[in-house]
Amino acid sequence: MHDNPLSTGTGAASLQREVAALMIESLNLEVEVDEIAPDSPLFGEGLGLDSIDVLEVALVVSKRYGLQLRADSADNQHIFSSLRTLCDYIAAHRTC
Amino acid sequence: MPTLPLISHRDPDSIVAWRADGAVTRRRFLSDVAQLAARFPAGAHLLNLCRDRYRFSTGLAAGIVSGKLSLLPSTHTPGVVRQIRDFAPDVFCLTDSDTDTVDLPRLRYPDLDAEQPHTAAVPQIARQQPVAVVFTSGSSGVPLPHAKTWGALVGCVQSEAGQLGLLQRQPCSLIGTVPPQHMYGFESTVLMAWHNGFALGHAQPFYPADICASLAAVPAPRVLVSSPVHLRALLESGLAIPEIATVVCATAPLSMQLAQEIENRCNAPLMEIYGSTETGQIATRRTAHTAQWQLFPGITFEREGERMRACGGHVETASTLGDVIEPAGDGQFLLLGRITDMINIAGKRHSLASLNHLLNTIPGVADGAFYMPDDVDSAHGAAPERVRRLAACVAAPGLSAADVLGALRQHIDPVFLPRPLLFVDALPRNSTGKLPREALQALFRNRNTRLTHD
Repeated sequence: MHDNPLSTGTGAASLQREVAALMIESLNLEVEVDEIAPDSPLFGEGLGLDSIDVLEVALVVSKRYGLQLRADSADNQHIFSSLRTLCDYIAAHRTC
Repeated sequence: MPTLPLISHRDPDSIVAWRADGAVTRRRFLSDVAQLAARFPAGAHLLNLCRDRYRFSTGLAAGIVSGKLSLLPSTHTPGVVRQIRDFAPDVFCLTDSDTDTVDLPRLRYPDLDAEQPHTAAVPQIARQQPVAVVFTSGSSGVPLPHAKTWGALVGCVQSEAGQLGLLQRQPCSLIGTVPPQHMYGFESTVLMAWHNGFALGHAQPFYPADICASLAAVPAPRVLVSSPVHLRALLESGLAIPEIATVVCATAPLSMQLAQEIENRCNAPLMEIYGSTETGQIATRRTAHTAQWQLFPGITFEREGERMRACGGHVETASTLGDVIEPAGDGQFLLLGRITDMINIAGKRHSLASLNHLLNTIPGVADGAFYMPDDVDSAHGAAPERVRRLAACVAAPGLSAADVLGALRQHIDPVFLPRPLLFVDALPRNSTGKLPREALQALFRNRNTRLTHD
C-alpha cells in the first residue's frame, strides 16, 4: 500500500495528515487533524506532548511504517519537534 | 570519624564506566573527578543537569570530594529552579548541553585531560557527610528537602545489590533508561555501580532500539535499570533484545503479566524495587512470581496508627510511608494502595494538594481543582502500564486554556498538565464548600461542557 516513499509536496501533506490522525488516535487528543499545523511545536506550548506521549507515538509509528526510531543525538526529542520533522524522519526511514 | 570510600573498585585499572569510546578505569575516573572539582566555583550547592550518566557521576563525585551538596529536585521547570535558588542562593548548575535554559550560574562540563595522572588513593568520605538533598512536593507548593548522608546512601545500594542477586556474578554493566537525577536512577544506576564494583553505561537510551544498542555496547553480565513505561515499549517493539542478566524496575506499579512477559522475552529475572524519597529503596520482589515484597536486611516496620514507619538498616530517620502496608511476616509485606494525596504519573510524583494550590494561585483563576479519573482499565484487568492522566476544571473567566496551561508549565512537569482542562462557570462545590469526588466525576462524564473558553 505504501511501496513508494512519498516525497512530493502532495505526498508529504498526505503523510502528515495520516500521521496526525495516528497521533490523535493513539493519544486520545481532543483536536482535529487540520488543527495540527505542520510546523507548530508538538511539545510545550504547541500540542503539549511529553516524553511519555513520544514513546507511545513511536510504538505506533514503528508498527505502521516498519521503522525503529533512534535518538542519535543527546536531544531525543528532535524528531518530534513538529509534525513536519516527524514525517520527514518517517519518509526517510520507512520500510512499508 | 568513620569513613567509606568514594567507590569500592579495588584496582586502579578496574572499570567504573563505559563511554562511547570505551572503558573508563578507576584511575581515569578519579583523575576526571579531581580535574572537575578544581574548576568548581565557590558555591556549596550543585544542580547537576548532565544528561550523560558518566558526566553526571563525575559531577556528583567532584561535589562529594569538595564538600558540596548535590540538589536533586523532581523537575527543572523555571518555577522549581526559582525555589531551588531560594533554598540555596549559592547554587550553580553543571551542564553538558547547550539547550539547558536553567536560570542559574552555569559551569559547562569541560573537556578533561585524559592523560593527567592520578596517583592518589580513593578519597575517603565521612559517613555523616550530607552529599545530596532530594525534594518532595510539599502540599503548600514549596518543595520539602530531605538530606542524604553518605553512609545512608552507600548502605542502601550495598543492600540493593544483594537483594537483586547481583553479588555472585562478575562485575555487572548497568544500563539505565531512567535519569540519574531522580532517586531511583541515582541509587540504582550510579551509586550501586560505585559501591559494588560495577560499571555504569554512559547513555540514557530512550527508544526501544536505543535500549538494545546501549545494551549491546557493554559487556555481559548486563543489568537493565528501567521503568514500566520503557519496558512495555521495549516489549511491544518486537526487537531482539541482547542478553540480559537481570531486569530492574521501579517508579510505577508493574503488573504480574507484564513482568512475566518481560522475563520470558529477556530470559532473565525481573526485580521490582519499592522505596520512597524519604527512605530510599527498602524492598524488592520478583513480580512474575509473587505479590509479596521482601524488606532489605535490617529494615523493619513500626505501626503508627493506620500507617507504617520504616526504620533500621540504612534508614537513618524513621519515616512514615504513604502506602497501605499489610505485613506478612519474615520481613514480607503486601502493598494495598496509597494513603496520601500523592499522584504518580509514569513514576513522577506530585502532591494533589500542591497541584491544586498552584492552579488556584494563577492570576485570573477564580476556582479550580485537579482530578485523577478512576483507573477504569485496571479495574477491567488491563495492565496498569497504560499511563493515566490528570484532568482539571477551572472557573477562570477571561483566561484561555493556553493561559492556564502556560502558567502551570512554569511550575510542574508536563506529565501533570491536565487532559482535559474543562472550563466551567463554577465548580460543583457543596454547601460546605467541599468538592465531592462524585460531583467531579459527573462533571467529567458530562463532556458536553465546553472544552475551551469562548
